[in-house]
Amino acid sequence: MKADPKGVLTGTHFMDGDHACCEGALAAGCRFAAGYPITPSTEVVERFAARVPKVGGAFIQMEDELAASITLQGGVWAGAKAFTVTSGPGFSLMMEHIGYAAMTETPCVFVDVQRGGPSTGLPTLPAQADMMQAKWGSHGDYETIALCPNSPQECFDLTIKAFNLAEEYRVPVMFMMDEVVGHMTEKVVIPPADQIEVTPRKHTHKSVADYLPYGTNGDMVPEMAHAGDGYNFHVTGLTHDERGYPNMTLPVQDRMVRRLQNKILSAVDRITMTEEEQIEGADVVVVSYGITSRVAQRAIGLARDRGLRVGKLRLITAWPFPEKKIREIAKKVKAFVVPELNLGQMVREVERSAGGQAKVFAVSHAGGGVHNPDDILKVIVEASR
Amino acid sequence: MTDSLNNDLLKASSSSDDACGDSCGDSCVDSSNEDLVNPVEQFLRSDRVPHIWCPGCGIGTTVNSFARALIDSKIELGSLALVSGIGCTGRVAGYVKLDSFHTTHGRAIPFATGLKLANPKLNVVVYSGDGDLSAIGGNHLIHAARRNIDLKVICVNNLIYAMTGGQTAPTTPDHSTTSTNPYGVFEPSFNLPHLVEAAGAVYVARWTTYHVRQLSRSIAEAFNKKGFSFIEVISPCPTLYQRRNKMGDGLDAMKYYKEKSKVKHGCPTNEVGMTMTGEIIVGKFVDRERPDYQTMMRAQYQESLGDKFVDEPSVQEEPVCS
Repeated sequence: MKADPKGVLTGTHFMDGDHACCEGALAAGCRFAAGYPITPSTEVVERFAARVPKVGGAFIQMEDELAASITLQGGVWAGAKAFTVTSGPGFSLMMEHIGYAAMTETPCVFVDVQRGGPSTGLPTLPAQADMMQAKWGSHGDYETIALCPNSPQECFDLTIKAFNLAEEYRVPVMFMMDEVVGHMTEKVVIPPADQIEVTPRKHTHKSVADYLPYGTNGDMVPEMAHAGDGYNFHVTGLTHDERGYPNMTLPVQDRMVRRLQNKILSAVDRITMTEEEQIEGADVVVVSYGITSRVAQRAIGLARDRGLRVGKLRLITAWPFPEKKIREIAKKVKAFVVPELNLGQMVREVERSAGGQAKVFAVSHAGGGVHNPDDILKVIVEASR
Repeated sequence: MTDSLNNDLLKASSSSDDACGDSCGDSCVDSSNEDLVNPVEQFLRSDRVPHIWCPGCGIGTTVNSFARALIDSKIELGSLALVSGIGCTGRVAGYVKLDSFHTTHGRAIPFATGLKLANPKLNVVVYSGDGDLSAIGGNHLIHAARRNIDLKVICVNNLIYAMTGGQTAPTTPDHSTTSTNPYGVFEPSFNLPHLVEAAGAVYVARWTTYHVRQLSRSIAEAFNKKGFSFIEVISPCPTLYQRRNKMGDGLDAMKYYKEKSKVKHGCPTNEVGMTMTGEIIVGKFVDRERPDYQTMMRAQYQESLGDKFVDEPSVQEEPVCS
């Protein structure tokens, strides 16, 4: 369906990534947010707090991230689209409820504007060191989706996408920004509402007697009811059967956990988004995401100026990881070069997916700034030999 | 004891004309009828019985009183949602035939806050235990009271972490023995009515599981009160608190509650702290008026934004999906 024009600030703006993310949420139909202040993400909810009373909805600043990350899920079960926004230290606290959202299949969006860590780290400076946490941070087996915008425009466009994916698959979606993308100001074009596609809640139309809160019809994503709809349904973080009732038996655990994984893994090709450039005929492919993809672009240009055959693969979705794509490319190239603002996170996935068919070079950076393009260039040159 | 309490409930139902609702008519007030219908059964997920609670546990008794309050307050059940945290009382959500949410440990209140803020038409009850609400969830408890979020909080206080095997809770009385204080508890306990009153609750009451009808009335009263309401129910844990402290079984707890409870409505909450074997002050301690969070929020937006304020909740009337 098309976006509700009330939330869409159609026009051409000069806007930073944090603000663009907020506008993306409003355009996607998000009318509820719970947050807790943390640099460098706070501007997202500051804008939401200013905008939402003029659109209809609510924002609440909670007492901590533990609260914010579950308050938003109360909003979702009441029928709203909802999100929260944080950075590393807050993201760590939210892991409890990322697991709860995965387990209860609560569609929602967690925005993480990444900064340097560990712990309090570098509050005002960038990193991309929460990428593994976005996938593995909460205990137990579950799958999530994670998106990595590399510009304020993408902060707008992909926030809408994040909400749409959350609704389609009933999962928490991680929106993995970084401090640079959050704070850089660029042109952001917000189209008219009738050009913005939004995914509605997968709301049940079944009768009360026929409705099973966690029953599926073959597509692995159950239909949802909201509090007050009259279904008298139960939601629990315990292992549960199709009725939503706790059932801590091995067959139920196996069925439930596998479905939570498979609803994402079986749709990897539909979910994953990449940007590719000159991969055909390349000797080396640079794999990057977020702000690093823009630095890498410069390095790729410099390498091509030297006559090197370099392709680009930008991960727009980091999770689920485009394993198959990497495996196919690995058959044709000498090496992958993976620059990222951490000491080696997504590079492990590239290495795993390449399966030894191509060399994999990390270009690590501890965070606090972005790479010098020359450092990436050096590794591209080495990898091309 | 349990039987006589049930009889009390049934007698109470027969004394009230409309106690059984429309569905069961007159038959359920006739004690000679063999198909006697328990008036609270309509609120329970019978397909989940037997429940997990121990013999002599008080939580089921509080659910009975809660169900009675649903009948007596004539609250619209369709708009009622119940939220629990983790622990023995946290399992209440799984047994009531309502929209029910069994959330994470300590976070029932923030989850309930989200439900209420996104859809203000919902009546939201938080039903959880003392450890869940006042230890791991203590920060949320005081801030929800401060904000005066329109929630009805029922706190079943069994003085211990029971689900995990009898560890010290913030409410465990001085000198009692627990699995994590095997030589006796030496840290002071929370006086919960005092805590939530100080934080801003508009309605604060305490009963024990001996006071089934008073508890019911308090819950019904809280339903008609806008703002953060807190009802503490002192409830026995024969398995993990009483046994370790040689305090007998569930029946002994009832005798203790009967003998040592003193009804003192309006009692200053700083005087209602509990000891291991001392007096239990019960009653309605606080009943005051203060605008709730959403009333204040809307007034502030109205004042600051005037015509630009779009006074619509997060959840719209029309279905989300067309």
